[in-house]
Amino acid sequence: MPEPEFIPQLGFLPEEPFVGHKACAGCGGTVALRLALKVLGPRVFVGVPAGCMSAVGFLYPQMAFGVNAMISTFPGTASLLSGMAAAVRAFGLKDVHVVGFAGDGGTADIGLQALSGAIDRGDRIIYICYDNEAYMNTGVQKSSLTPVGAGTTTSPVGRSLRGSSGPKKDLFEVIAAHGLAYAATASVGYPQDYMKKVLKAASAEGTSYIQVLAPCPTGWGSASDSAGELGRLAVDTGLWPLREFEGGRHRLNREPEKFAPLKSYFEAQGRFRHFRAEAIAAAEIERDAKWARLRSRIHSGV
Amino acid sequence: MKAGIQFLSGNDAAAAGAALARPQVIAVYPITPQTTLVERLAQWHADGELECEFLNVESEHSALSACMGACALGARTFTATSSQGLLYMCECLHYASGGRFPIVMVNANRALALPWNIYGDQRDSLSQLECGWIQLYAGDAQEALDLVLQSYRIAEDPRVVTPVMLNVDGFSLTHTYEAVAVPEEAEADAYLPRFSPAFRMDLEAPLSLGFSAGPRDNTAFKIAQMKGIAEAEGALEEADAEFARLFGRARGGALATWGLEGAEAVLVSLGTLGGQVRAAAEALRAEGLRVGSLRLRMLRPFPAESLRKALAGVRTVGVLERNVSTGFEGTVCSQVRAALHPLGQGTPGVAGFTGGLGGRDLAPKDIEGIFRRLLLHGGSSDNAVHWVDPGVELA
Repeated sequence: MPEPEFIPQLGFLPEEPFVGHKACAGCGGTVALRLALKVLGPRVFVGVPAGCMSAVGFLYPQMAFGVNAMISTFPGTASLLSGMAAAVRAFGLKDVHVVGFAGDGGTADIGLQALSGAIDRGDRIIYICYDNEAYMNTGVQKSSLTPVGAGTTTSPVGRSLRGSSGPKKDLFEVIAAHGLAYAATASVGYPQDYMKKVLKAASAEGTSYIQVLAPCPTGWGSASDSAGELGRLAVDTGLWPLREFEGGRHRLNREPEKFAPLKSYFEAQGRFRHFRAEAIAAAEIERDAKWARLRSRIHSGV
Repeated sequence: MKAGIQFLSGNDAAAAGAALARPQVIAVYPITPQTTLVERLAQWHADGELECEFLNVESEHSALSACMGACALGARTFTATSSQGLLYMCECLHYASGGRFPIVMVNANRALALPWNIYGDQRDSLSQLECGWIQLYAGDAQEALDLVLQSYRIAEDPRVVTPVMLNVDGFSLTHTYEAVAVPEEAEADAYLPRFSPAFRMDLEAPLSLGFSAGPRDNTAFKIAQMKGIAEAEGALEEADAEFARLFGRARGGALATWGLEGAEAVLVSLGTLGGQVRAAAEALRAEGLRVGSLRLRMLRPFPAESLRKALAGVRTVGVLERNVSTGFEGTVCSQVRAALHPLGQGTPGVAGFTGGLGGRDLAPKDIEGIFRRLLLHGGSSDNAVHWVDPGVELA
């Protein structure tokens, strides 16, 4: 465990760039957004698709953003950012950032085409996916980033089907396979790590992507003060590895000697209420297999 | 791109108009028959003749989304599409007009699948009449060039601030060649001032754009949008008058008419059909038949008052379109009927004709046949669609 770092020591924007929004109590997504804006400072152009962050931050006449910001279409976060970045080039603006905040559905499902295109062009944008593992704004429907077994309103726990059937899409690998300038995973449970990654993304020469796990107490069926703790547990249990892709190479940021017990993570969330010993054992096998693949790949230098 | 008289296709001419407008960001995705237009722009950009940010995007949805992003920062933008691509943009069409992003887009009119068909008709743009864009239709290549420049004047007019979709008929205009007068860059610059929108993202004075408006405020935004687009017909006339002053040629306002004086029957059409209709009317006038042609250059806002003025006193009005609203009648026919209805007792009889779908040719004899029918039978007593040379036996 490295020395604890305190956020003020990193010298970030003291003003609040995102206040007065109407998000649910304990929302992890708003933490991800707010911290990133503090790192990036006031010279930003923000795109947020239809979803939680736009629903809570842009209801006329109460605008929650203290910086330039706009709602994009649901599939169009990255393409809107590409247009903004093109205008930034056309006007020769310096020391500015074009940044998007989209959820997991807006990124991994409906927005993947535009994101892939932006990365392919190398557009200088920072794309932050706040991953809360379902379509929360519309009422907790399954996305392709919903973990296996999690109950959602469209992958309910029933007599014959027990929550989401497939594994969580490995979107980070999909993004990294484009060979972009910078990509990282993060968690709102480890804010210093996340903020330093935002800082790295801001200086990347090209497209950068951060997928930050952002627990949603409303959708996860957890206590409203649980986002930080669950964000840490997801990392400590090994379910959400903190990683980076930079200069064409993968890196693991944290390699716990011993994982925290999965039970502690699952039992704190209503979406896993139906998990018994077998489901937890299956999740453990899957996690270990994933880490084995990750370690062998990263330590073999590929 | 050389100035002066050039032998150009409709797409070439529209591309020249777009380049002369000096868009700062162009975002494009290929689709037949629009492709040669964006290929020209790409070549000029590659040759260093066209200074702009040129984005090859991954879909039409992204093309318009990127234009909105650039426009939000205050950049002049251009894109082009056709048919399936226009439909794929549909979400962004409403978004751009509601967000008051004055983007200019050329749409090469083409049939819609299914069945697949790459040839010209007008079902694509007519299916999007309600998307809040100004819709213009060019009749020839020179008009395509001129209307691109005029479109920016109209879209960016502070009273209007609404995107423009300029329609050019697939193949019959995009891929046919004619002599086109291409203005000098300096002339175009004199015509088209720099884009400086009242509302744009600003690092000194940050703005939220593209926001939500709930039940209390939503109507106010829609009324403002309606007021803006309602100014577009006047803005077109002013843009045209200024164009005539600088370039010595006027395109006319929302309507292009021929032979309306003393006409008993007038046939309304869009785009290149207008040339055919006029030719047929001229031929029949030579035989002494009192017929005229009215080509709609603008379909949104619908020039209802101008249409009433032009057609008051005419006995019968036909509407010929390469389109049908499946389950009712021709879309343009419905618009014309609705606009003429307030004339009351003197309302002309209206009859709707659909032909030329999926690129099927309409011959001069077909159009002359429509005129003769209108003179003989007058308007329809119902909403029947009269199929013109459909190529199948009608039951």
